[in-house]
Amino acid sequence: MTAVSETPVTAFEDNDQSPVGYGRMLRKEDPRFIRGKGRYIDDVQLPGMLHLAILRAPMAHGRLVSIDTTKAAAHPKVKLVVTGAMLAEKGLAWMPTLSNDVQAVLVTDKVRFQGQEVAFVVAEDRYAARDALELIDVEYDMLTPVIDVRKALEADAPVIRDDLEGKTDNHCFDWETGDAAATEAAFAQADVVVREDIVYPRVHPAPMETCGAVADYDGVDGKLTLYSTTQAPHAHRTLYAIVAGLPEHKIRVLAGDIGGGFGNKVPIYPGYVCAIVGSLLTGKPVKWVEDRSENLTSTGFARDYVMRGEIAATRDGKILAIRTNVLADHGAFNGTAAPVKYPAGFFGVFTGSYDLQAAYCKMTAVYTNKAPGGVAYACSFRITEAVYLVERIVDCLAHELDMDPVQLRLKNFIRPEQFPYETKTGWVYDSGEYESTMREAMRIAGYEELRREQAQKRERGELMGIGVAFFTEAVGAGPRKDMDILGLGMADGSELRVHPTGKAVLRISCMSQGQGHETTFAQIVAEEIGIPPADIQVVNGDTDQTPFGLGTYGSRSTPVSGAAAALVARKVRDKARIIASGMLEVSVAALDWEKGAFHVKGDPSKSVTIQDIAMRAHGAGDLPEGIEGGLEAQICYNPSNLTYPNGAYICVVDVDAGTGRVKVRRFIAVDDCGTRINPMIIEGQVHGGLTDGVGMALMEIIAFDEDGNCTSGSLMDYLIPTAMEVPDWETGFTVTPSPHHPIGAKGVGESATVGSPPAIVNAVVDALKPFGIRHADMPLTPSRVWDAMQGRPQPPI
Amino acid sequence: MTVNSDEVTREVEGRLLLVHFLRDHLGLTGTHWGCDTSNCGACVVWLDGEPVKSCTVLAAMAGGHEVRTVEGLEQGGELDPIQQGFMQCHGLQCGFCTPGMLMTTRALLDRNQNPTEAEIREAISGQICRCTGYATIVRSVQWAAAEQAGTRTTVDAGAQS
Ligand code: FES
Ligand code: FES
Repeated sequence: MTAVSETPVTAFEDNDQSPVGYGRMLRKEDPRFIRGKGRYIDDVQLPGMLHLAILRAPMAHGRLVSIDTTKAAAHPKVKLVVTGAMLAEKGLAWMPTLSNDVQAVLVTDKVRFQGQEVAFVVAEDRYAARDALELIDVEYDMLTPVIDVRKALEADAPVIRDDLEGKTDNHCFDWETGDAAATEAAFAQADVVVREDIVYPRVHPAPMETCGAVADYDGVDGKLTLYSTTQAPHAHRTLYAIVAGLPEHKIRVLAGDIGGGFGNKVPIYPGYVCAIVGSLLTGKPVKWVEDRSENLTSTGFARDYVMRGEIAATRDGKILAIRTNVLADHGAFNGTAAPVKYPAGFFGVFTGSYDLQAAYCKMTAVYTNKAPGGVAYACSFRITEAVYLVERIVDCLAHELDMDPVQLRLKNFIRPEQFPYETKTGWVYDSGEYESTMREAMRIAGYEELRREQAQKRERGELMGIGVAFFTEAVGAGPRKDMDILGLGMADGSELRVHPTGKAVLRISCMSQGQGHETTFAQIVAEEIGIPPADIQVVNGDTDQTPFGLGTYGSRSTPVSGAAAALVARKVRDKARIIASGMLEVSVAALDWEKGAFHVKGDPSKSVTIQDIAMRAHGAGDLPEGIEGGLEAQICYNPSNLTYPNGAYICVVDVDAGTGRVKVRRFIAVDDCGTRINPMIIEGQVHGGLTDGVGMALMEIIAFDEDGNCTSGSLMDYLIPTAMEVPDWETGFTVTPSPHHPIGAKGVGESATVGSPPAIVNAVVDALKPFGIRHADMPLTPSRVWDAMQGRPQPPI
Repeated sequence: MTVNSDEVTREVEGRLLLVHFLRDHLGLTGTHWGCDTSNCGACVVWLDGEPVKSCTVLAAMAGGHEVRTVEGLEQGGELDPIQQGFMQCHGLQCGFCTPGMLMTTRALLDRNQNPTEAEIREAISGQICRCTGYATIVRSVQWAAAEQAGTRTTVDAGAQS
């Protein structure tokens, strides 16, 4: 079923709706945020709390010769100075990464990227801790760094990971998917083959709040309370138990409010471990909050794929196959955040939204002297790279065939009746109405009119571009038979308690970083059991209070945790039905449920509300046979498949022919995320992702000079869009529910980050068509666009 | 100095930044910190009625002056229209940039009761929001402007003139 929006909710009068269930509703978390009463990591102040600062390496590659901490330790306000050697004595100098590699907590042997953690100081205040860093003397032997990813595997390249036994090169892993022979056969019979080198440069999620932690170890009962910026509190707790050897029941991870995450707050960083060690050794609470340059230079980056895309098609535009070869830069340690069996994340969906005959990908991943990471920056694992590749290469094909990019896509879309559709790389797409979604975007954009306008402008020498992208994401990881992070299955728990007066508490395992879980999850429960959202408290981010689950990233909150919330509410409703049958003295089968109440079939006057039932469940008097008192339930939801949100994006840009400056004039985003819980929040998620897309397409890059100095270590150098660089977004939607999801919802948090970069780049390339340009790499800064206009487009790395 | 109408007197190190003074010494943690380079605006407060980046002001420089922070927006239990606007129009997600955005846009509305979209965008151009994509912030400010002018129900958030 596809319902198309006619009137998006924009009028101010509509803002006060308070639905019992789905619909626009103001957020429950906002009253504290607009008063400055959020509780972010740096807001945590504990009695006697000390401050931790980290000394970082000034070069990308260098052997540690000596380190002298005497002067720092003598600083009157310093309580503790710790080096890698000291951690090594405790067996804590290395920690596992999310990809089964290891990463140094503090350098013991050599520095492997600029900004790497070398030592830490704990002092009475944050200024003194910084002062003391200056007093640590470190001597290094400079080593030649490996910075150019294309040269990492050359025979004479220095070996970065000599800590790994028997390692003689910088090879990280190889991975392939699809059918090489079938793809070769398809290419052999194609009329047209297009090949393009496409780079997705290194970028950084850069949430406005940087990462940090406050560790508070209680030496008497041996309990560690860790406040930290984590998108995955439970997974972190288990990993700390494994790394630090602390008993898991004696670790409580508290996430508080998180000032944006976007994947940056998925990994465990050395700083968190340092804070824990600092508290263990001083017996005091220890706070570590990184500064912005530490955030940009040392914590999880994203992307960094050098891709060769090839597409084979018939002359009339039927796409036969796609093939790609990827060189992946994983930095100094493989810290990719992805299910263990998916070293390249879900890059396998590079076949996009199209019905192909064959596809094949071969990837080589390497180590370089750059920060580790490989986080999913507002995308499901490596989906952004995959979607960018396919949507760019399809546009290159349109260019070659001289075909309208929309027509080429329409001709090749997977059709509604083909779902569930298994792609040539083995992904089973759940549902989609791609053509309707595309046509809705064209309708909002006035696509034909835009093309006419463009033609006129081209005649006048003006550079206007129209870019189209259609994405399919794979989110909601995932089925535990295939998907785990370091052995932890990717299922999510949920617990719902209805109190005697009919108010409820829902405890969930995922963790909001601004997405509004306290609101949406209350709405999910409200929809199922009819208790108003205002009467439902949602608890997340406290491992002592919430059931186990893997957290929030890869758009998995709604697909996994949201399903858990709906199902636990249904479980409560099932019990409520039995109690209601006792109260109304009829059989269970004789009851009808209408949101919030059961009534006797055929006699609606005989009715009990969920609130009546809650009181009865806790009250005096008999309950039906075999029914325990109380009204609560707990479940763990194991998804049967991923969900596949999709969308059609159209971008209109104007390029200044004199400067190469790109202005995004309009952006139309039509998303299909299945069932929509809160349209206001969905729209907000889409807007944020589109802005990320403008950043990546036009501004953002984590760049290095040839010595391995990161040249993007501040917000002066790493450019993030402000209100001046983005247009007023135009959004629309279609609704194609996921057939296997309990409420049909697919997740939307990252769709726009995934779908927008190719739309913007396609628009810029389209604007540059008069110059014969078929491809130019991100970020399309004025100077890079200018180079392209001069006929020398350069890859950014 | 005066902070949200309260007189405060403290001995501080000369190098202490106003943002750290407010947060660590006065416990006013609504003012945030987000960068090392005066780019993000998470730290915006008022100094004598002017929005300033409190990461770029020494606490000592604010001595004898009037500071207003996000905690001082709500008056007598009444939310400021700008606070209501942000809630009504979803002008925030994670809330981290919000205090700075509120202080800047409150100041804008004090000078310009009916700002255009372009004026609002320019006013917040020294501040970064990583979550909202700014359009809802623009609407929030327009909502507040309409609320103050008593014309709210006639304004359509979709029309961004
Ligand atoms: S903290 Fe970023 S501008 Fe002040
Ligand atoms: S709401 Fe998160 S940075 Fe603005």
